[in-house]
Amino acid sequence: MVSYSLENITNIIHNWLYAMFNPVVAMLCEFVLVGVAAIALFGILGLVLVYMERKVAAVIQIRLGPNRVGPMGIMQTLADTLKLILKESLTPTGADRFLFNVAPFIVMIVAMLILAPIAFAKGFQIWDINIGVFYITAISSLSVIGVLMAGWSSGNKYSLLGAMRSGAQIVSYELSAGLSILTIVVLTGSLKVSDIIAAQQNGWWIFKGHIPAIIAFVIFLIAGTAETNRAPFDLAEAESELTAGFHTEYSGMKFALFFLAEYINIFVMCTICAMLFLGGWMPLHIGHWQAFNHIMDYIPSSIWFTGKTTFLIFVIMWFRWTFPRLRIDQLLNLEWKYLLPIGMFNLLLVTIIAIMGWYF
Amino acid sequence: MIEEIGIDDQGDLMVNIGPQHPATHGVLRLLVTLNGETVKKVDPNLGYIHRSIEKMCESLTYRQFIYVTSRMDYLSAHINNHACALCVEKGLQVEVPLRGQYIRVIMDELTRVASHLLWWGAQAMDLGAFTPYFYAFRERELITDIMEETCGARLTMNYMVPGGVMHDLHPDFQRKVKAIINQTKEKFHEYDELVTGNIIFENRMKNVGFISKEDAVSYGCSGPTARGSGVHCDIRKLYPYDIYDKVDFKEVVETRGDSLARYLVRMNEIHQSIHIIEQLIDNIPDGDFQAKTKAVLKLPKGEFYQRVETARGELGVYIVSEGGMTPYRIKFRSPGFSNLSILNHMAKGSKIGDLVAAMGTLDLVIPDIDR
Repeated sequence: MVSYSLENITNIIHNWLYAMFNPVVAMLCEFVLVGVAAIALFGILGLVLVYMERKVAAVIQIRLGPNRVGPMGIMQTLADTLKLILKESLTPTGADRFLFNVAPFIVMIVAMLILAPIAFAKGFQIWDINIGVFYITAISSLSVIGVLMAGWSSGNKYSLLGAMRSGAQIVSYELSAGLSILTIVVLTGSLKVSDIIAAQQNGWWIFKGHIPAIIAFVIFLIAGTAETNRAPFDLAEAESELTAGFHTEYSGMKFALFFLAEYINIFVMCTICAMLFLGGWMPLHIGHWQAFNHIMDYIPSSIWFTGKTTFLIFVIMWFRWTFPRLRIDQLLNLEWKYLLPIGMFNLLLVTIIAIMGWYF
Repeated sequence: MIEEIGIDDQGDLMVNIGPQHPATHGVLRLLVTLNGETVKKVDPNLGYIHRSIEKMCESLTYRQFIYVTSRMDYLSAHINNHACALCVEKGLQVEVPLRGQYIRVIMDELTRVASHLLWWGAQAMDLGAFTPYFYAFRERELITDIMEETCGARLTMNYMVPGGVMHDLHPDFQRKVKAIINQTKEKFHEYDELVTGNIIFENRMKNVGFISKEDAVSYGCSGPTARGSGVHCDIRKLYPYDIYDKVDFKEVVETRGDSLARYLVRMNEIHQSIHIIEQLIDNIPDGDFQAKTKAVLKLPKGEFYQRVETARGELGVYIVSEGGMTPYRIKFRSPGFSNLSILNHMAKGSKIGDLVAAMGTLDLVIPDIDR
């Protein structure tokens, strides 16, 4: 079966580089290539997701959305980005200049680092580290440092309040996110991303792992929304309370970096969710329906991956434009009184199920 | 120095919310003392949009000053005009023809529906939900279209004049109003599904911004703010003007006293307003829409007072006349000012988010407070 696969392309490049140069130079070349690819992906993702958000919001809010720049307004985000690049990046007088300027880059770098172990398609992965999901949870909690830095160094009380909220929120919710990731780790028996995806060859974990997987999926979706500071958990920004929260004082490209990092974080969150629960790039297979499975195999793995991720991103956007915002104490109550105990119980349940082999 | 970094003598953080802030719906400035996330004190600072309307009115004739009052509470411009017109009519001893009264009441209630719809959208926005605003504007836009067709303006109508209304209705008026009523009734379930029944919304509104019945009375609250605390204060019922004593409607009163109660009062008032319009729209009598008045109005020497129920509460117009062409002194008792005064009492000890949510339920229009 000849099918379109990104794996061939990466293999060709890899072999060609190692044949042409000595290993050190070849590796350095690969680093550069991967870096350029990641940055390009960032740029494209930012543009596409902002446009998608605006169109989704428009549909939900019974209006048209951007429709002036280019056909269907697809050039709108490009125009906006251009505007942000050309704008002056102000640093307020009362700000801690160094931290103020470094903070957006920290947030950005963190968003970039999480990208490493994500499998975009079959064999299309930057770094298949053997502690993949652990790496993801560890790195994703670093973004709070950038947010706290931004809030503290701005010398603005709204920013400070926003950053404090964000700190409390991200630190609490990553516990739940971690526990729901553990659920899948228990079922798979591996922390490696490629193993987790490979384990879903004959069915995605959300179907195979039935009750505990579904609970973990829902918890992960909630915790992920909270970790990315999206409505209804957008307390760090809380437009109607804190004007713009931690990035009140940022303008120009530094603001754009925060903005971009938010969308990259959503993307990363959704890819992780898709990898763990919806099989990543794995096609949908149903038991012994050979014909059906065979047809599904013809759809390229990159399409499967993009489709699942886009669907999850749409759900996250749907949340944002439907729900009101929670209050800070309600937010923490939800985590510590409901999600965390449920997550712990769920972990216990999944352990029993994994030991007894009661999953499909 | 302490003032500069915004920490008060007890070490609490002082934050300015406003005069330009998305939550204050205008140029209101709140000096909030915070202990972490908890509000310790709210100190509203006014005067950012003060235009001395009362003083301006003293140099305008009895026909002219009504137009200025549209700029006070711009969301119920009709009702402000109505109050002034009624007060002048009281002085002139003019009886408004029945057709004029019907038109006035219909327009008042349409204004009330439009105002409550806008409030509903803004309230949801204060809580962080942006979509309801667009849903509210879908229906509100149709009402402003009617206003535009009837009197040429969408916001500051200036339709009421002493003795009646300025022009007659346009021939399509009844059909269009009925269409709007039907659409609003039809779409109302969307509002309930999107906001009222939402569990996050309910938790944000319940047991928040509590006002007891005693406090509501002693702070001089009126309108839906007071009715949410169980105070019977609907001027349309207590001191009926025009044909309000002839139409059938219920005074909406909730007894819980929290934000949710005030929310429900306003939502039910939309139903009651629609009910009033439904009764009147088919029965507008023929005849004059305006009583015959002299070209130059002169009120006899004395003091005149008229109160009406605007979308926000009780609006009082107090005119002192020396017998001339212009009033000697005018004072407006605006609902927003009294309602704002309870903010500190209500928001003390709550979180910042609740301060914003509770302030939203007071339905403040800042030009109404500052005048």
